[in-house]
Amino acid sequence: MLKQIEGSHAIAGAIALCRPEVICAYPITPQTHIVETLSEIVRKGELAPCEYVNVESEFAALSVAIGAAAAGARAYTATSSQGLLFMAEAVYNAAGLGLPIVMTIGNRAIGAPINIWNDHSDSMAMANAGWIQLHAESNQEAADLHIQAFKLAEQISVPVMVCVDGFVLTHAYERVDMPDQTQVDGFLPPFEPMQVLDPADPVTIGAMVGPEAFMEVRYLAHHKHLQAIEAIPRIAEDFAAAFGRRSGGLIDCYRTEDAETVVVALGSVVGTIKDTVDELRDQGVRIGAVKIVSFRPFPLAQLRSALEGAARVVVVEKDLALGLGGIVASNVRMSLRGLQTSVYTVIAGLGGRAITKAALRAVFLRAQEDEIDDPHFLDLKWDMVDRELARWKETRRSGPIAENILRELGLVGNRVH
Amino acid sequence: MTQPVKFYQTGTFTVGNRLLDPEQRTVQATIERNNSLTSGHRACQGCGEALGARYAVDAALRAANGKLLAVNATGCLEVFSTPYPESSWRLPWLHSLFGNAPAVATGVAAALRAKGRADTRVLAQGGDGGTVDIGFGCLSGMFERNDDVLYICYDNEAYMNTGVQRSARTPPAARTATSPAMGEHPGEAFGHGKNPALIAMAHGIPYVATATVADLHDLEAKVNKAMTLQGARYLHIHVPCPLGWGSAPCDTIKVARLAVECGLFPLIEAEHGELTEATRIRRRVPVEDYLRLQKRFAHLFREPRDETALAKIQAIADRNIARFGLLEEAT
Repeated sequence: MLKQIEGSHAIAGAIALCRPEVICAYPITPQTHIVETLSEIVRKGELAPCEYVNVESEFAALSVAIGAAAAGARAYTATSSQGLLFMAEAVYNAAGLGLPIVMTIGNRAIGAPINIWNDHSDSMAMANAGWIQLHAESNQEAADLHIQAFKLAEQISVPVMVCVDGFVLTHAYERVDMPDQTQVDGFLPPFEPMQVLDPADPVTIGAMVGPEAFMEVRYLAHHKHLQAIEAIPRIAEDFAAAFGRRSGGLIDCYRTEDAETVVVALGSVVGTIKDTVDELRDQGVRIGAVKIVSFRPFPLAQLRSALEGAARVVVVEKDLALGLGGIVASNVRMSLRGLQTSVYTVIAGLGGRAITKAALRAVFLRAQEDEIDDPHFLDLKWDMVDRELARWKETRRSGPIAENILRELGLVGNRVH
Repeated sequence: MTQPVKFYQTGTFTVGNRLLDPEQRTVQATIERNNSLTSGHRACQGCGEALGARYAVDAALRAANGKLLAVNATGCLEVFSTPYPESSWRLPWLHSLFGNAPAVATGVAAALRAKGRADTRVLAQGGDGGTVDIGFGCLSGMFERNDDVLYICYDNEAYMNTGVQRSARTPPAARTATSPAMGEHPGEAFGHGKNPALIAMAHGIPYVATATVADLHDLEAKVNKAMTLQGARYLHIHVPCPLGWGSAPCDTIKVARLAVECGLFPLIEAEHGELTEATRIRRRVPVEDYLRLQKRFAHLFREPRDETALAKIQAIADRNIARFGLLEEAT
């Protein structure tokens, strides 16, 4: 059923259709609307049986989900940013135990400086924790990926994060085709756990493992990701057959045939990139785009075949590995091992900085001429950076960086430092 | 058997278990006993925690008619019971992390409710570090939501698994690896630490009790009482650690009993935030009798004796005795 609906409401609606039995909630912007909507759905009795647990921290939220999943319940939670870092220990634990929890990440920057707006620093920080990580381009895809996520998680017994850009998607009203209960019930069978706490068959879960077996246990966690490489496209096909639209998969190619330059990105910025590609194609530029849906497992082979015809690849990413550069670009380079393809990194949109078509267009044209620095910081105000660097040289006590920059912008106080 | 019984034989101070009706007796070994924490585990000789856990979990399992799931925090109990691929647990058992056992137990209980399996009960357990330090946020959350979990803290008054570092349960003057017996004020500082049983009571949860491995019959009774109730319940068990305390393995019960009898470890029960019971001390002893058996306090007794510290510890015991009326005649 077509609805004009806020992203968070669409996600909450899709979650409810998946019949989670335990939902743990802790507020953090920008995912809050999702758990708020779910609390209403549960209170109204539209989702039963379901235990909705308000907890005291994100660490507890995921820990409750761990207990619930180990006891055989379908478990869901959502978080963002600092919340994801606060639960980091449990994020690794859930994956290590192989518990098929589904969690929405409303992608948001990580402080300091504290910032509530969108980038991918949070999910990237947890990329290697063992969770499958799926990124949504639109709210339709966000809703659909959650339904696929439960199936994927439970088939392989591995936790899945569905990453949805904070505000850009979570708070945006878009047209979403909401599935109905019968469709979802037909697609998603009841949860049958691979391991469960049961008095009739007592097992020990979470034993200590030493050097004699730890490598094997870790390999098997990796092996689940290799299984997921097979399962993700299959589930996307099943989804298309059941719901009549395509969503998900490992990657998605856009006008990459004959492209000299291919742009690679994750999440909602792919929409802006596609529009820019269209405009440049109209001018005769041979450019295309590849969306990575599954960042973990990383589709090395699929990406390689999508990119190997290109002369250059431009990775637009909303994260920054301090001291290195681009995280996604490093992964993309791994998929192109042995090829001569140039891979450029464009760090963009940190802390919610708008990524405009004009800026993308300019940087893609420069890349097309191989005249781009790497990494390139899109729309970085170098004058502000240079003045702060000068202050560091000038005096030892140059003061807090963020406040200095804001003062320059006239946003904080007016005292000349 | 209708006459009132006293749990000791004159002169020996051992519990007169055999004076009880058979169904009330605490049974050490029988073919019917589950031995939830069964033999072969790797606890040290004289481990108070292994003893306390076996009696507590067995009692809870009996009370739940065998339908009990256990969640365990990281710590000695977890490590010595489950070196892969062995396990000493004869009930379903889950270990997640050091600081989240109460929240994991909440999740297990929530799942059981959602699944219509609420007749299966949930027990969570951890040491004092996992409970009153790193896990305290999750514990308080579980309490305030009144989740249907019995949480048991085995208190050996330091981080024993990592090599005896101080916790918020380490008593004043005690030597640990991070509160060494050095400097002007050797050992753990006075005025630090917290009392989780009183904090649990402040949450108004249905049941809070303290117990000791020196009185296993009382410990079992408290577990049984807790298991008759729904909601969040907290049991704090004093478990001497020969390794960390520097006491003889054969003295574990004796040390635990002296902690109670000197007034440093009061045995109490509370329901919905109100104190309902405080076990009277039958034969009061000075704190010195308790401290002397433990090398962690040895610096107090070297010449010249640290009379100031000893007096301050005695004052703590005196205050407990006054506060909980531990010497008053039972009415």
